Amino acid sequence: MTEVLPFYKTALWVTLKLAGIGIVFAISIGLLCSVIQYFKIRILTNIVRVYLEVARNTPLLIQLFFLYYGLPKIGIMFSEEQCGIIGLAFLGGSYMAEVFRSGMEAVSKTQVETGKAIGLSNTQLMRYIIIPQAISYSVPGFGANCIFLIKETSVFSGIAIFELTNTTKNLMGIFYKTNEALLMLVIGYLIILLPLSLFLTWLERRVRHAEFGN
Amino acid sequence: MLNSAINVLFEGKNMYRLIEGLLVTLKIGFIAVVITMVAGFVIGIIRTSKSRMVQLPFRIYLELFRIIPILVWLFVIYYIVPANFDLSLSSETVALIVFSLWGTAEMSDIVRGAIISLPKHQLESSKALGLSIVQMYRFVLIPQAIKRVIPPMINLITRMVKTTALLTMIGVVEVIKVGQQIIEVNSSHHPTIAFWVYGILFFLYFCICFPLSQLSRKLEQKWAV
Amino acid sequence: MSESDPILQVKKLIKTFEGKLVLNGIDLDVYKGKVIAILGPSGCGKSTFLRCLNGLEEVQGGDILLENKSLVNKATNWRLVRQRIGMVFQSYDLFPNLTVIENILLSPLKVQKRNRQEAENQALELLERVGLKDRADDYPRQLSGGQKQRIAIVRALCMNPEIMLFDEVTASLDPEMVREVLEVIEQLANQGMTMIIVTHEMNFARLVADEVVFMEQGSIVEQTPAEQFFTKPKTERAQQFLNILQF
Repeated sequence: MTEVLPFYKTALWVTLKLAGIGIVFAISIGLLCSVIQYFKIRILTNIVRVYLEVARNTPLLIQLFFLYYGLPKIGIMFSEEQCGIIGLAFLGGSYMAEVFRSGMEAVSKTQVETGKAIGLSNTQLMRYIIIPQAISYSVPGFGANCIFLIKETSVFSGIAIFELTNTTKNLMGIFYKTNEALLMLVIGYLIILLPLSLFLTWLERRVRHAEFGN
Repeated sequence: MLNSAINVLFEGKNMYRLIEGLLVTLKIGFIAVVITMVAGFVIGIIRTSKSRMVQLPFRIYLELFRIIPILVWLFVIYYIVPANFDLSLSSETVALIVFSLWGTAEMSDIVRGAIISLPKHQLESSKALGLSIVQMYRFVLIPQAIKRVIPPMINLITRMVKTTALLTMIGVVEVIKVGQQIIEVNSSHHPTIAFWVYGILFFLYFCICFPLSQLSRKLEQKWAV
Repeated sequence: MSESDPILQVKKLIKTFEGKLVLNGIDLDVYKGKVIAILGPSGCGKSTFLRCLNGLEEVQGGDILLENKSLVNKATNWRLVRQRIGMVFQSYDLFPNLTVIENILLSPLKVQKRNRQEAENQALELLERVGLKDRADDYPRQLSGGQKQRIAIVRALCMNPEIMLFDEVTASLDPEMVREVLEVIEQLANQGMTMIIVTHEMNFARLVADEVVFMEQGSIVEQTPAEQFFTKPKTERAQQFLNILQF
């Protein structure tokens, strides 16, 4: 049992690392898309809409297979880890975009108008009025997305990345201790997700406290 | 070079086999969805009870499926059951079990949420108008509950369809597996085949899921509460 | 532009919304230092008219001239205009994530790029005048509606506008708090600020306005010096309106 611990530690780390990087990119993409949609910027809005529909209506596994097995055939090669991150960012970006957009739209119109009335530019509106308030509306959805994306890393098993699920599968094949292995697997996810869940609940409460003005 | 690769798909029985694979997926999905709708509905209603004793086990059940990735569940049932219970399950059966359990858990949450969110004063106004309990359910509560259940339910179904992609990882011969077989056979003649096959699969899933999510959105807008 | 020209002129202003005519050719001259009250039944277009003056609503016809320069063209930089024409809304809308003083200084510092010390001095002085200097570091959620509205007025004043627009600013306040806000506006009127006030508070309009504009269904029905409007209006319609309010 203790012999496999180092494997789990690596697997845990890989899962966290890839999920973390993927989520950071997803947030950036999501933010960009939601700003574009909020201001209804001409051509970009349509591109964003297409992106959102495609990313949300296709399974991560297919996206990964396409990146990992399909693209090399036309000359574009990414490593497994890169594919994983790109896939997670692609999928996650669309979910984040949705959360941020509804957060921004939840900021009352009168707040935005008042901001305009005192002469703020669009960038200033975003920075001082919309985003600070949108954050407090977005936290619950954002949290749910993070948890979802971390769970999706299990799909990386399909392209030979040794995160938690894949590692467990292989260890079961080698050691035949299915029950223990799967128990460790579940514990592995709990180790990541439970603290995250608690943190997000705390964050939600904290940001709401700062927000209640009008 | 690229062109001939696409043609492979139409060669022989390839397209036919792809559709066959898709049907396997859809069959499992369909049965799981039916079970989900029925069982989820029933359990959802049960879960509106205020009793802690009733709530707790179901809550644990739901959280288990919320925390643990579906792929992991598939592996668990696929490997653990034969190892411990001397039962041999086909991968399709495993898929069906996992998807039904998952769907039911989520569906019960949707139904429960819908029932709880019905405005209380509707009940009072109906009573004040002299409606019987049956009439109240028929004309006031159920129509409103349906509006709150159907869009999220379609959303759940879309997610379930997307997740069927994972079935390839436990060996179910569905559309992705078929695609991979086609790639293996044709790789030597047509090096770029992988690009096209996965491209088509991408497109296929999109074609199934996109209409569903559009439907859900339209209904949600139309029935905006 | 000479002393006797109006600072703001509205000529045959037309606005449509989803095919419906909302403003039907409004003409108005606003002179420096004068207070105009706009009265009328709900839906007559008075708020919409006000919002056209600082660019929050687009117009489909007619012209708005600020110091003889037309504002109704694509080249208008509304951000600059809004520094000269300040507006206070019914929903006061202080920014919840900023303190009172930060709310007030946001525009002077970030839009007008003024020196911080100078802006802060003005802000504190204005707060003193409305009696809220000690609340400078509080957050909006700690204040009452009347206090928030007074601060919203200070926030608009701190930009040194030439004209102030007030859109039903007491409509969402509890009756006890209406007075403190009206007192601030009265103070401003006495100091010679050019103002256009949309309000339901008849007594207040009578007290503070130089001229009353009475609107109905998107048109100006009557435009009369204030005292005369309330004692002997020129039109039948205005008289009916005043009678109803005697309830």
